[in-house]
Amino acid sequence: MNTTFQHNGTEVFVREFNKFKGAGNGTLTSMRKDAINRLSELGFPTTKHEEWKYTNISPILKGDFTLITDDQFFLTQEDIKPFLFAGKNSILLVFENGRFNEALSSIPENSEGIVLGNLSDHFTHPAVKSHLGKYAGYKDESFIALNTAFVNDGAFLYIPANGSCEQVVHILYLNDTRKHATVMYPRNLIVAEKNSSLKVLESYHTLGHINQSFSNSVTEILVEENAAVEMCKLQAENAIANHISHTEVNQTANSRFNISTITFGGNVVRNNLHIVLDGVQAEARLYGLYLIDGKELVDNHTLVDHASPNCYSNELYKGILDEHAQGVFNGKVLVRQDAQKTNAYQSNKNILMSDDAVMNTKPQLEIFADDVKCSHGATTGQLDEEALFYLRSRGIGEKDAKAFLNIAFAAEIIRNISSQYLQDRLMQLVEARLKKINSYE
Amino acid sequence: MLKIKSLRARVEDKQILKGLNLEVGAGEVHAIMGPNGSGKSTLASILAGREDFEVESGEVTYNGEDLLEMSPEDRARKGVFLAFQYPVEIPGVSNANFLKTAINEIRKARGESALDSKEFLQLMKEKMKLVEMDKTMTQRSVNEGFSGGEKKRNEVFQMAMLEPSLAIMDETDSGLDIDALRIVANGVNALRNENRSFVVITHYQRLLDYIVPDYVHVLYDGKIVKSGKKELAFELEQKGYDWIKEEISAVKA
Ligand SMILES: Nc1ncnc2c1ncn2[C@@H]1O[C@H](COP(=O)(O)OP(=O)(O)OP(=O)(O)O)[C@@H](O)[C@H]1O
Ligand SMILES: [Mg+2]
Repeated sequence: MNTTFQHNGTEVFVREFNKFKGAGNGTLTSMRKDAINRLSELGFPTTKHEEWKYTNISPILKGDFTLITDDQFFLTQEDIKPFLFAGKNSILLVFENGRFNEALSSIPENSEGIVLGNLSDHFTHPAVKSHLGKYAGYKDESFIALNTAFVNDGAFLYIPANGSCEQVVHILYLNDTRKHATVMYPRNLIVAEKNSSLKVLESYHTLGHINQSFSNSVTEILVEENAAVEMCKLQAENAIANHISHTEVNQTANSRFNISTITFGGNVVRNNLHIVLDGVQAEARLYGLYLIDGKELVDNHTLVDHASPNCYSNELYKGILDEHAQGVFNGKVLVRQDAQKTNAYQSNKNILMSDDAVMNTKPQLEIFADDVKCSHGATTGQLDEEALFYLRSRGIGEKDAKAFLNIAFAAEIIRNISSQYLQDRLMQLVEARLKKINSYE
Repeated sequence: MLKIKSLRARVEDKQILKGLNLEVGAGEVHAIMGPNGSGKSTLASILAGREDFEVESGEVTYNGEDLLEMSPEDRARKGVFLAFQYPVEIPGVSNANFLKTAINEIRKARGESALDSKEFLQLMKEKMKLVEMDKTMTQRSVNEGFSGGEKKRNEVFQMAMLEPSLAIMDETDSGLDIDALRIVANGVNALRNENRSFVVITHYQRLLDYIVPDYVHVLYDGKIVKSGKKELAFELEQKGYDWIKEEISAVKA
């Protein structure tokens, strides 16, 4: 018997699916059907599955989540105010329990073919037609299948050739759990055509602290020739939130993609990041930061697929784990036979703040080309005792001294974000998280 | 001010301090000299509160209070300062930010109000001048990429900022060029007053030309084996430590 997947658990979603009526045309309807069928064939991965060894998702399957599909909105300006990290005048797309809340969003008039909007309003856009579902394959991925079955809304950002958007586009996902445990299936599509540029903040938050939530998101990103996309994915849901995301990136020649995946924790959090360097001289930078405590579990799985020669990838993931937190970093770099002159670097650094915290790191290099430069390294250790003593010997209390060192450790990741405003706001959030101040300013 | 009585301390099974006695009065400058490995830095670390050392017996009081009971931060807040022999680099923590926090913690403990950014910058400017420190150094991370001499100068700068009442300086003169030595010594002298005491650990009499000590002690094999006035430093410079070792073995025999 195949024990790497389990089937119990899928029925609930199939039942839900039979009641579900999504927006869009026939192509979408058949894609959804195909995806739910695939999910029920496949089942959900168990910890016998190599890629899910440390991440037991059964707590998610036990949850009784409500999928909200009506068009009633409750959130107010006040509710979203704490989450406006990209600045008062930034472009903002608000999703309330997965549904686009137009009234709270602020989107400029579309000009020069640029689209910064929600997916369900643009199902007929040529870029949606040609790219939606193209990069996030659901054949072997249960959670992509699940997301695809319930595809309904999310962000659609489209920058045509030579276009650019200077401001950060903030995609804000709020799970309002104050009435019930909620589930959402965000689906984002980002297309940056030739010579274009775009900066995006994708953030996830919870309202309420009693009911659980489940965010199952899929984001597809196409970075065409010579285009530049900078992403920041911030998961700042509460400690009982469940979150499984797939970010699927396809880069063509000379493109640049830079992503910072910042995770503040949850019951079960799994970030899958998959980048295909599918054109010469493409560059990808992957930064990650996870700050977790309690009994939180955060699992970052990354795959950089060097499919073309002369590409560059650099990956740095850092984590601070306190109390009984569990972290997983699985970073795979695949250098295909044709991908000569590849430069690929990877590093994972962790600080364990308690004896009960656990970090599982697994770098995987699979290299089939012969002329490559690759390196990887991983460290997991305690806070630097010498530095801690130095700070304390100057009158700084133990707790503050630890925060100083941890903030410095985390700053190395946040510093890479190009928007100064966003960087400053994120630094404030990181400080609050590390000092265990459980609120937003 | 500081009283150390029969202090015995160890690391794992290595006995380092073997019954050390020392008394430092308010406003006094004491120099401690002694061969490598004799326990000078160990003493300094224990006074600052490093936990790697196990104090087996003896007592240390500071202004009448049991110093060994206090956390490192509380000692600092009460005016104890250690200029480290090997200051540690702390990437990502800015010198200015770190010092501002430190100074305000210490002010809070003294019942003084916190300095705001402007007052802090003003004070920093003033003290930077005292040790002729370059402005860019305070903007960098704590000791990161500092040369050996710059690190030592930064220690003295911090001391000037924090205005301790007991400053322990562990080989602050090693690694300094001749000009820097003079600058650092002038900085220390400017801080000398009737309430502030110094314990200056050094290998070289040269420093004591600038910072003239009231007393000189020889720490050998975990104990203060000889004490004297500043002339003792000259004698050590000329004769080395062998005659002291001989004296001790003569006493033992
Ligand atoms: N953490 C430690 N573990 C083991 N041995 C130690 C430790 N710290 C100090 N020692 C030993 O204790 C002895 C005293 O060291 P200490 O650093 O106090 O000497 P010192 O007098 O400051 O020497 P120097 O003049 O070279 O600076 C040395 O033999 C040293 O190796
Ligand atoms: Mg020493």
